[in-house]
Amino acid sequence: MTATLSEQDQAPPREAVLSLVGVGKRFGAVQALTDVHLDVAPGEVVALVGDNGAGKSTLVKIISGVYQPDGGSITFAGRHITVGGPKEAQALGISTVFQDLALCDNLDVVANLFLGQERTSVGWLDEVAMEKESWRLLRTLSAKIPSVRIPIAGLSGGQRQTVAIARSLVGKPKVIMLDEPTAALGVAQTAEVLNLIERLRDNGLGVILVSHNMADVQAVADRIVVLRLGRNAAEFRVEDVTTEELVASITGASDNVVTERAKRRAEGGMHDD
Amino acid sequence: MTDLLPADLADERLVKEKGLVGVFQAFGHRVRGGELGSLPVIVGLIVISLVFYAQDATFLSSRTLVNITLFAAPIGIIAIGVVLVLLLGEIDLSVGSVSGLAASVMAVMIVYHGQSLVLSIAAGLGVGLAIGVGYSLLFTRVGVPSFVITLAGLLGFLGLQLVVLGKNGTVNLPSDSALLEFARASFLSPVASYVLVAVVTVIYGLTQVLVIRRRTAADLSAPSYTAVGIRTALMAIGLGYLAYYLNIDRGIGYLPLLFVVLVVVMDLLLRRSRWGRHVFAVGGNEEAARRSGIRVNLVYMSVFALTGFFSALGGILAAAQLTSVSQASGGTDTNLTAIAAAVIGGTSLFGGRGTAYAALLGIVVLQSIQTGLNVIGVDSSVRYMVTGAVLLLAVSIDSVSRRARSSSGRG
Repeated sequence: MTATLSEQDQAPPREAVLSLVGVGKRFGAVQALTDVHLDVAPGEVVALVGDNGAGKSTLVKIISGVYQPDGGSITFAGRHITVGGPKEAQALGISTVFQDLALCDNLDVVANLFLGQERTSVGWLDEVAMEKESWRLLRTLSAKIPSVRIPIAGLSGGQRQTVAIARSLVGKPKVIMLDEPTAALGVAQTAEVLNLIERLRDNGLGVILVSHNMADVQAVADRIVVLRLGRNAAEFRVEDVTTEELVASITGASDNVVTERAKRRAEGGMHDD
Repeated sequence: MTDLLPADLADERLVKEKGLVGVFQAFGHRVRGGELGSLPVIVGLIVISLVFYAQDATFLSSRTLVNITLFAAPIGIIAIGVVLVLLLGEIDLSVGSVSGLAASVMAVMIVYHGQSLVLSIAAGLGVGLAIGVGYSLLFTRVGVPSFVITLAGLLGFLGLQLVVLGKNGTVNLPSDSALLEFARASFLSPVASYVLVAVVTVIYGLTQVLVIRRRTAADLSAPSYTAVGIRTALMAIGLGYLAYYLNIDRGIGYLPLLFVVLVVVMDLLLRRSRWGRHVFAVGGNEEAARRSGIRVNLVYMSVFALTGFFSALGGILAAAQLTSVSQASGGTDTNLTAIAAAVIGGTSLFGGRGTAYAALLGIVVLQSIQTGLNVIGVDSSVRYMVTGAVLLLAVSIDSVSRRARSSSGRG
């Protein structure tokens, strides 16, 4: 993993696959997002962190098409897009794993993986093709699921998260957003999910990771974008930042801003407003 | 190790059960884990048969059994629709009223307005469909709980049925009608019944062989040819004996046959079509279904419409069987029997669990009890109490097995 990181350090900044510029969103009297920008490159994990109410969820929902932004532009794979709904986002190649996973407990793993995009042959469900593809997907994630024919209700929290992530891969997306993927998990399961995220990156996907957990973010992210009160507060490369600095910029302790700017200036290429 | 095993059996934590003993062991594990399937119903049927047989040996005569198949069919068809709404975790309390209204519309069109049989039946079925679509619109657009909508429908359509039937209250269907002939006096000839059994068995065997071929080709585990052979043979023997036994009397009626065909078709649609998968998904987790792009409202509409359709069809066939439609057609009895049959057959009241076969098994249980009590000459008051007790028992078994499922991680 360290090797991959240092390679990326030396490589020139890659073309972003998903890029948001000047995005704003207002709910009644509340300006939830103001002039937010966010770039994700293929094979990059960008962590989106911020306190409660910082606008993370709103941003995720704008990218996944649940909300429409009031202003700004979204560029995906080199062209301007508007995301009309979750289905449209999926068709474009942006898939989202929501915090509550949205799995059907009564259905088995195969049925959940292909829910809403079932494979059919001559009009009937093609269970064999779906089961085969399920194993392929789960194997690319080196997932530990004993059987794909047991109902989701019988799986552990980490295994459910794995299924949810595997499902987001069914449509061959370019960008995957994970909303608090480790929030409800134990230590070992968290490590499993972090491994999964690294595998997604190694497969060349752009990953947006929304998390409260600084340890997870620092363990797996390449870049950390901090939102505060609906604005871009700071942006770090993960190896340049300490937990204290991160926490300071999330909470908005002002004595840290200068050092942050200095760091970013020294690095070049990065900027904030 | 992974190279030798099919992809779905490669995980070392899977406990492998081999051979015939393994099949029984796996079955035992499932039962203890709360996956009872049809087991309680089949045990119940055996108990019912033995109890009534001990009281009066004519209960298991082929004449009684043919009667059971005939009387079970119309309400069984209604119960298919109830299974569908229950799979969504919703309820339709008005299936009886809708069946009565549809039958009334059909009867009045034939008798009072001189319309053709086909048109009248189509009108009756159309009434059922339209009511179902109306329910789904109220449910999805206005957000009224299905319990309330269909309770209102239960009362409202009962009233409408009285209006449609008019002053006389009872409409007798013409006795030379093809519909009456179909429902009352049409039976497969013995030869045709054995041919049917043979065809069904061969189709079953061939599809199983096809499944084995496809799964093996895809590097997945497959049932062995021996297991499939045994299952097909058992099926052939079972169905063949049933046909033989029913043929001693009048044989397999067209009406029960239609019911079984509808059950099989609905089972295929539920398990093997995208629509069926979506029904289970909406019943399990509506929000998840919506987010995966399933058009949830369409699923609700199709299911409510089908429930209305099956209610209407059951009502029309019940009317044909009784040769008349009255103000009591589709009354409380029809309603509660159809709902009880779906639940007794093993459809969960909480949505997402059940099969179309629940309608078949449930109605056979209830009709056996009813016929059995008639055979031994017990008052109808006892029948109500027994039916109530069986319903309670069935739901208790469902609840206990639910607990066993959640404690053994089968949800």
